[in-house]
Amino acid sequence: MGIPLPEGIVAVVKADCPTCRLVVPVLAELRAAGVALTVFTQDDPAFPAGLEPVDDTDLDVSVALDLDTVPTLVKVEGGAEVERIVGWSRPQWEKFTGVAALGDGLPEHRPGCGSLTQDPAVVERLAARSTGLRSRRLELARLEDEAEAFFERGWTDGLPVVPPTPARVLRMLEGTTRPADEVVAVVGPDFADCTVEKAAVNAVMAGCRPEYFPVVLAALEAACTDEFNMHGLLCTTWFTGPVVIVNGPIATEIGMNSGVNALGQGNRANATIGRALQLVVRNIGGGRPGEIDRATLGGPGKYTFCFAEDEAGSPWEPLAVERGIPEGTSAVTLFAGSGPHGFADQKSREPESLARSMAWALDGVFHPKLALMSDAVLVVAPEHGRVFREAGWSKARLRSRLIELLTKPGAEIVAGAGGCAEGMPEHLAGADIPKFVPEGLLIVHAGGAAGMFSAVIGGWVRGDIGSVPVTRKVKP
Amino acid sequence: MSTAIDGDVRIYLDPTSERTAIARTLADRPASLEGKVVGLIDISKPRGDVFLDRLETLLTGQGLRTVRFRKPTFTKVAPVDLRHEISTKCDVIVEALAD
Repeated sequence: MGIPLPEGIVAVVKADCPTCRLVVPVLAELRAAGVALTVFTQDDPAFPAGLEPVDDTDLDVSVALDLDTVPTLVKVEGGAEVERIVGWSRPQWEKFTGVAALGDGLPEHRPGCGSLTQDPAVVERLAARSTGLRSRRLELARLEDEAEAFFERGWTDGLPVVPPTPARVLRMLEGTTRPADEVVAVVGPDFADCTVEKAAVNAVMAGCRPEYFPVVLAALEAACTDEFNMHGLLCTTWFTGPVVIVNGPIATEIGMNSGVNALGQGNRANATIGRALQLVVRNIGGGRPGEIDRATLGGPGKYTFCFAEDEAGSPWEPLAVERGIPEGTSAVTLFAGSGPHGFADQKSREPESLARSMAWALDGVFHPKLALMSDAVLVVAPEHGRVFREAGWSKARLRSRLIELLTKPGAEIVAGAGGCAEGMPEHLAGADIPKFVPEGLLIVHAGGAAGMFSAVIGGWVRGDIGSVPVTRKVKP
Repeated sequence: MSTAIDGDVRIYLDPTSERTAIARTLADRPASLEGKVVGLIDISKPRGDVFLDRLETLLTGQGLRTVRFRKPTFTKVAPVDLRHEISTKCDVIVEALAD
């Protein structure tokens, strides 16, 4: 229990409780009868007058006693509780104290009131006090607008955040088995440690539910690897931000959207997981636009860009499985991507024809005359996926066909060719140059059932000098 | 009724790394470059070398000694060994930042 209790009988009362006020004369009788009585008071330090109450307005003793009700009488022997009674009942009190004829004129019994420790407003405060949460406390006065307070401190992405109360952060931490003080990642550009607790604070602000939190942690781990290079991605003048693609059972369990409007707004898990990652980058990593984020134009995906793959309806193996994660295991894949660029092909019913449309759409990534510069994600929607399923095309076959279709004679794309100064170095004029490397062309299946459309998510600088896509298991 | 925990103040948790930037004073500027070794750092962005080549010609033309360094990629911070090497080999540096 940690708090020494005085020997004899301990009474805990609060002035706000009618039963406590009712028993004040009884407490005085006990004191007069020579009972070693100590009275602790929860609210008014002066109550009950004349009985030398001990101030427990910080509720330390009440919490230690785990009280539900006041008044409570506790018998203490050798510093430890041996028995307790609650409320007012003459026969119970007489038996408990060994003093007869108590409370002349009082009713025979009266139930007690709720201990202040059970008051909902107090419970949150107590929880915060006793949890070992280490984050610095921000105190706001009652009249301060909490949404404005967070904007003023630069802690938001431009949209309002859910205020991270200790109780909310504690609930978020329930979403993972990992200890609050474990370091999840070192977050660039400041290269600051992000603990599970700090990630939880930002996940609360983003609007996550606790069950989303393991996905946030996995995304954060993946983003902060040297290969993914969150630091460079944040600093670049290019449009890109971290795109989170979720595979495995957790996507369905937490209600993620992989169907209608999968890349759009309206689904809480999709929206808040991607946002939580970006808030960590901002608040822990120090990545703020105009400071070290130097994006020329940026893109709306930098608020949040997270979606699940439609595995059930896919003609192909899931992205994470293709990238080495066992079937049925939840995982996230991080891709440094810009906003989706949609394209239509409403006439192709043959995979070869549709692949050509896809190749044209992919050709514009970075610049039509720049090859091997960037990776890309091709998001194939169901009506396009069907064409490949019916023709029996595997994902590998589609990928290799796209790479063939996107391999051009160097002479067509070197600097100056086609009347355009931009392009590949001139010494490559004699070579055949593929637009993408196979591992840099990610293909996923998502979207609503209607629409012969798909989308290209263009990348940033690829490979070791830029960003490499990273897949990580989601740990419970 | 006022108690120590009655909700007059609302408490939130700080979402930041809680690192307040440590203000560091700049190293003393030399009054003259005479006898100094000038480090020229290329961050691996295109045409940084063009700028540094020209600077090197001008500096060595004044009889100064220069040392060239190059970050492996402009998108990542300089490796710690490189930072240490730079700090031990030169008195002043010029870094070519952007293309």
